[in-house]
Amino acid sequence: MPRMNMVEAIRAGLRQEMERDETVLLMGEDIGHLGGVFRATDGLQQFFGSQRVVDTPLAESVIAGSALGLAVAGWRPVVEIQFLGFAQQCFHQIDQQISRIRFRTRGSHTAPLVIRSPFGGGVRTPEFHSDSMEHTFAQSSGLKVVMPADPYDAKGLLAEAIRDPDPVLFLEPLRGYRLLTGEVPDDAYTVPFGKLKTLREGADVTVVAWSQAVPVAEKAAELAAAKGVEAHVVDLRTLVPLDEAGLVEAVERTGRCVVVHESQATAGFGAEVVSLVQEQAFYSLEAPVRRVAAPDAPYPMPGVEDWFVPDAARVAAAIEAVMADQ
Amino acid sequence: MAQAFTPQYPADRPAAEPFSMLDAEGRLADGAAPDLDGDGIVEALRLMMLGRAFDRKCLSLQRQGRLGTFAPVFGQEATLVGVAMALDPSRDWAVPQYRELPVQIRQGLPLENVALYRRGHPDGGVVPDGVRMFATQVSLAAQLPHAVGLAWGLKMKGGDGAVAVFFGDGASSEGDFHESCNLAGLVDAPVLFVLQNNQWAISTPRSIQTAGADFASRAPAYGFPGVSVDGNDLFAVHKAAADAVARCRAGRGATLIEAHTYRMGMHTTADDPSRYVDPAELERWRARDPIDRVWKYLAAADHPQGGAREAWEAEIGEEVERVFARADAHPPPGPAAIYEHVFAEPTQTLARQRAAHLGEA
Repeated sequence: MPRMNMVEAIRAGLRQEMERDETVLLMGEDIGHLGGVFRATDGLQQFFGSQRVVDTPLAESVIAGSALGLAVAGWRPVVEIQFLGFAQQCFHQIDQQISRIRFRTRGSHTAPLVIRSPFGGGVRTPEFHSDSMEHTFAQSSGLKVVMPADPYDAKGLLAEAIRDPDPVLFLEPLRGYRLLTGEVPDDAYTVPFGKLKTLREGADVTVVAWSQAVPVAEKAAELAAAKGVEAHVVDLRTLVPLDEAGLVEAVERTGRCVVVHESQATAGFGAEVVSLVQEQAFYSLEAPVRRVAAPDAPYPMPGVEDWFVPDAARVAAAIEAVMADQ
Repeated sequence: MAQAFTPQYPADRPAAEPFSMLDAEGRLADGAAPDLDGDGIVEALRLMMLGRAFDRKCLSLQRQGRLGTFAPVFGQEATLVGVAMALDPSRDWAVPQYRELPVQIRQGLPLENVALYRRGHPDGGVVPDGVRMFATQVSLAAQLPHAVGLAWGLKMKGGDGAVAVFFGDGASSEGDFHESCNLAGLVDAPVLFVLQNNQWAISTPRSIQTAGADFASRAPAYGFPGVSVDGNDLFAVHKAAADAVARCRAGRGATLIEAHTYRMGMHTTADDPSRYVDPAELERWRARDPIDRVWKYLAAADHPQGGAREAWEAEIGEEVERVFARADAHPPPGPAAIYEHVFAEPTQTLARQRAAHLGEA
């Protein structure tokens, strides 16, 4: 089985789905001739032509909004928004238009489309490039929010997203684009939405993470193991739909829980996880649930971002604290 | 001596005179002949009257507390019907904003759906199979990107359908207007951008909307033609729209049509235009009523229906009553509606919330 990094796995998934379904088309800024600023679409325009791999003008709102029109015309658009921070320019189209068209028309019109975007920090980008906004989109009812953490899942979840009858926001870990590698089958496969993945079994504390917080959680689990604490690490994979049963089961098996994410703590998706855990797993809890997240400050300049983004040491400290709680 | 410098695109270009064919007294301009034949004129006039009668009925019901907030068409009928009659509902699409009732009717939306929508019934959002139309748009200009994508997508599928998207002078100030026109020009999208310059965005007059001399002149900047037309002149609007549809069919891309018209009623039923509309201005526009104008034309042309206005009004009034009778017979919505059609299949979370709310196991 070949090893791929995230970008290669995503490219393989796009190519596979475009070969399977000729209504799949890609659109976005710099994705065609250049192959995308991260090369996720490298070579695809040369292979599929400029009608199916479209270089668009620099205009996020009409990119997302026209994708909705294309979907109603019978296409399956896969939009690339160059950085998630720029998705604020098309937030209206995603939140009010794309996410709600099925609901507003009682299913007469739908938006089977994917919006791909790298998100998150840690790679010294200029301002506004590093935002984590998954919690914002998780409230866009009608939109699925998918956040792969490794190349295998990236390809399989992307194939699932492209085939899904509903709109999907597919968030890719920018820091992991080349850093995260793994075995990825050449054959076509899909990874179902709403099924969390257990990365490490442990009896002492459950660590919940998604996307680029997952390797941080795994590293923290190693640090904890060195001190004799066995962490149970799960990757949510998709925030919407959320694997509620899997999450509750994962917490119940240890009675302790730490949630890790890269966006700001207040009203971040971690708050939703904590709320669900206290509603559905309260009597199994041995200690208060803790969050490790960014502070409620704007994403800072790259010179200080390492203090902003949660790292393994902070997660390990939270594990230690939750183990000390009685 | 210093080289003289002047901007190549000076700002003092005057607005073009709107294209017109039929004056306020129902007289055709010299040499003008409507593209619509006798039957077409009758169909168009009936559509204009049906839309106005339906809005009047809705206004009455709204004032009685029996209907929600809506945006009546009063005064803009010629623009809407002139464009709608240039579309072929079997292949062309309409992408409305919220003040396009006659277009919705012409494209095939049952009026009882409109009645349900205005009553706040979720089924009012249904677009029946085969009706080539987007749902009503409420967020201004958001429909423009949809129309461009739809038109582009139809073209890439090999069809020859055109897409007419409707918006106003107010919405033209939104960023989506610029982004959409720009993309439409780039991909030669077969779109009619129908800008209804009705002089008002709620209380904001057109003079505050833009410093430009007009709106139609923006089009060449995006690489397609702009048309300025008397929006209260059914024949002129229809001709301009038919020409734009022909351009779409021929693969020549988009057209911006600025229709000069007037919102003779309120923005919506929640608005009180007496706070800001000059009554004298309103009277001047009432004298240019788009429906009266066609009746005057028919009478002068000795059309067999030329004297039938009262009979039509009675008949249309009965039709509107029948619409509401059908809407009344539609089952009222229940709480389950808020959980339906969120996704193709409900998520675990939504299913749990629904079960808890509705007491389902």
